Amino acid sequence: MKINVGLGTCGISAGGRAVYSALEEEIARQNLDVSLQVTGCMGMCYDEVLVELFDGDGSYLYGKVTPDMALEIINRHVIAGEPIPEWIVRGKVVEEKDPFFDKQDRIVLRNCGIINPESIEDYMERQGYEGIRKVTRDHTPEEVIDMVLQSGLRGRGGGGFPTGLKWRFARQAQNDKKYIICNADEGDPGAFMDRSVLEGDPHSVLEGMMIAGYAIGADEGYIYARAEYPLAIKRLKLAIKQCEERGLLGNKLFGTDFDFRIQIKQGAGAFVCGEETALIASIEGKRGVPRIRPPFPANKGLWDKPTNINNVETLANIAWIILNGPEAYASRGTEKSKGTKVFALAGKIKKSGLTEVPMGTTINEIVFDIGGGIKGDKKFKAVQMGGPSGGCIPASMGDIKIDFDEINKTGAIMGSGGMIVLDETTCMVDIARFFLTFTQNESCGKCTFCRIGTKRMLEILERITMGKGKEGDLDLLEDLAHKVKDSSLCGLGQTAPNPVLTTLKYFREEYEAHIRDKKCPAHSCVALLTYRILKDNCTGCTLCARKCPVDAITGTVKEPHVIDQAACIKCGQCYDVCRFNAVEKL
Amino acid sequence: MSEKKPVALMEKTVEEFKIDLINKRKTKGSLIPLLQSAQDTYGYIPEKVIHYISEIVGIPAAEIYGVITFYAQFRLKPLGKYVIRICEGTACHVNGAKDLLKTLQAELGISVGETTEDGLFSLQSVACLGCCSLAPVVMIDEDTHGSLTSDKVRKIIREYKKR
Repeated sequence: MKINVGLGTCGISAGGRAVYSALEEEIARQNLDVSLQVTGCMGMCYDEVLVELFDGDGSYLYGKVTPDMALEIINRHVIAGEPIPEWIVRGKVVEEKDPFFDKQDRIVLRNCGIINPESIEDYMERQGYEGIRKVTRDHTPEEVIDMVLQSGLRGRGGGGFPTGLKWRFARQAQNDKKYIICNADEGDPGAFMDRSVLEGDPHSVLEGMMIAGYAIGADEGYIYARAEYPLAIKRLKLAIKQCEERGLLGNKLFGTDFDFRIQIKQGAGAFVCGEETALIASIEGKRGVPRIRPPFPANKGLWDKPTNINNVETLANIAWIILNGPEAYASRGTEKSKGTKVFALAGKIKKSGLTEVPMGTTINEIVFDIGGGIKGDKKFKAVQMGGPSGGCIPASMGDIKIDFDEINKTGAIMGSGGMIVLDETTCMVDIARFFLTFTQNESCGKCTFCRIGTKRMLEILERITMGKGKEGDLDLLEDLAHKVKDSSLCGLGQTAPNPVLTTLKYFREEYEAHIRDKKCPAHSCVALLTYRILKDNCTGCTLCARKCPVDAITGTVKEPHVIDQAACIKCGQCYDVCRFNAVEKL
Repeated sequence: MSEKKPVALMEKTVEEFKIDLINKRKTKGSLIPLLQSAQDTYGYIPEKVIHYISEIVGIPAAEIYGVITFYAQFRLKPLGKYVIRICEGTACHVNGAKDLLKTLQAELGISVGETTEDGLFSLQSVACLGCCSLAPVVMIDEDTHGSLTSDKVRKIIREYKKR
């Protein structure tokens, strides 16, 4: 019998280590014949801690497991042989189909949540390192590039540039030294795809880098990883060590003249370093400031040598494409966007987690079928895609297909795969302000419009959410937005206005309500809120008066209470505690 | 979680840092790893260490200072005993991180980036801790606290104060 415990960052945050220790102790105490294993993210973050049990003829996935439940699972399921159906979220006992998985198609996540990410044997049992073995044995570098081109794979970091073409440019650059860089500086707030892949299946990324190295003629690879991802870095380091010990990294690999080594560089916390030239500057030990292109990194990159940079998810696709053929990959997706895309689904959604779908899946399918709809069954308002560089796509466009070009047409971008679901209680002006605060903070300061323009835009948004917006503010915002886009050197500045422009495009009336009526239709902007007690509903239970931190609520027991508007600080505690729906938010 | 270790502190000894410095002094692009090593040693980057690195590696102190202030990870001042990191990622933001931040600031009497006078707490904000399904989230040292409300976070801080 085998038991897997999901110990990605999300599993650990939800208390996974305690569950693991409880299982470990109990198995040792009762001297049971059970192999207990760590695995990466299974994607179902909403049901963490997840424990999967394999009993010979099937698997049972237990969700929201606590240490006490773990002991009971051992006693009832492992020892007595009786599964506990009410705790099982997936597996033989659960009859109905589970749309969370049925709509998925797992290529990048093929091993995540299945193998032990700290075991190279586990990876190799599932065709691990067969891809690089195959290309070094049977294919020339040009053939490998052709295969990647035929697969239609486009860069998954957000830009969507054809990966094969990028490789070809780097291949054609003449130099005795070339580099491969894996961009693992996942910085979008609300995005955790790359982290889950690195934590759950680090070897697939290493193998992708090796194949890329072989294809372009590089013998050295760097992984530029966020320092905020300690677990991913730990597992990558271990994976590299395992490869070196087994002769999968080093000199004269697989009986050929191919040499390849990989090292990790830890980022130091700067969002702009996700941009290629800034990332290179950072590896070189400098401030991560982008530079003008051309020359492109393919000709002049790290230490001025030809360099090919791919994102984690892109690289995790490569070995699969080699082993299953480019046709298999290209058979999925839409005409111009092939294969699958991983999304980190979060926000006001019932089942937040990690999901991989074929390109061409609609936003509605992701939100409602996979994500189970909106939390608290509120109204679906929009999805935010592409993080601070992306935009908000309104619910009315929910049947739009996931496809680089289709998404671009909306004004948002595919981005790296963060998908934040927003409901009727989310204020769109506030969302725009939120993202602009982020980019404004992270602007490196090199380009004037990005440095100062975003600041002025932010001030306008702040005054609108404070109820001090003026006529003409929206025109000014739009004007600045276009200027920032046009006059910035790198992607950060060129896309920073997208959250503002898309919300202005689809939710202009919300901005206008803030400015003209001094009202926030989503009841989210505190400065524009009023709380009032409804006489007819108030029972005079005094709960709100006792909770109010500034004693703004008065009244006698069993009589309707009143809020003193001048004293009210709009903290909303009365609204939250009232059991009779007697507090109204206006 | 079992192991309990203040985040800021002393993952390396001064000796180990010096060895790092000697080993990497001629390696290309070693400045950021060296600063990370210094911070692991001292909990922050003291001014004298900037000059020390400058002397050995041969990079001007002003340039090193420029790199330190560019990256969010580096600090020029020591941290408090407990480091509170509030997540301001999108998922946390739409689930009420703003209110949590207000509560934390009121409870501690400091703003983001500051340390309480008694040296007990430092308050930081991060763009995303990556556990969006637990939003809103606050991390205190290595422990993640998820699905928080103002009341819950106040209670947690008071427990830390009692320790």
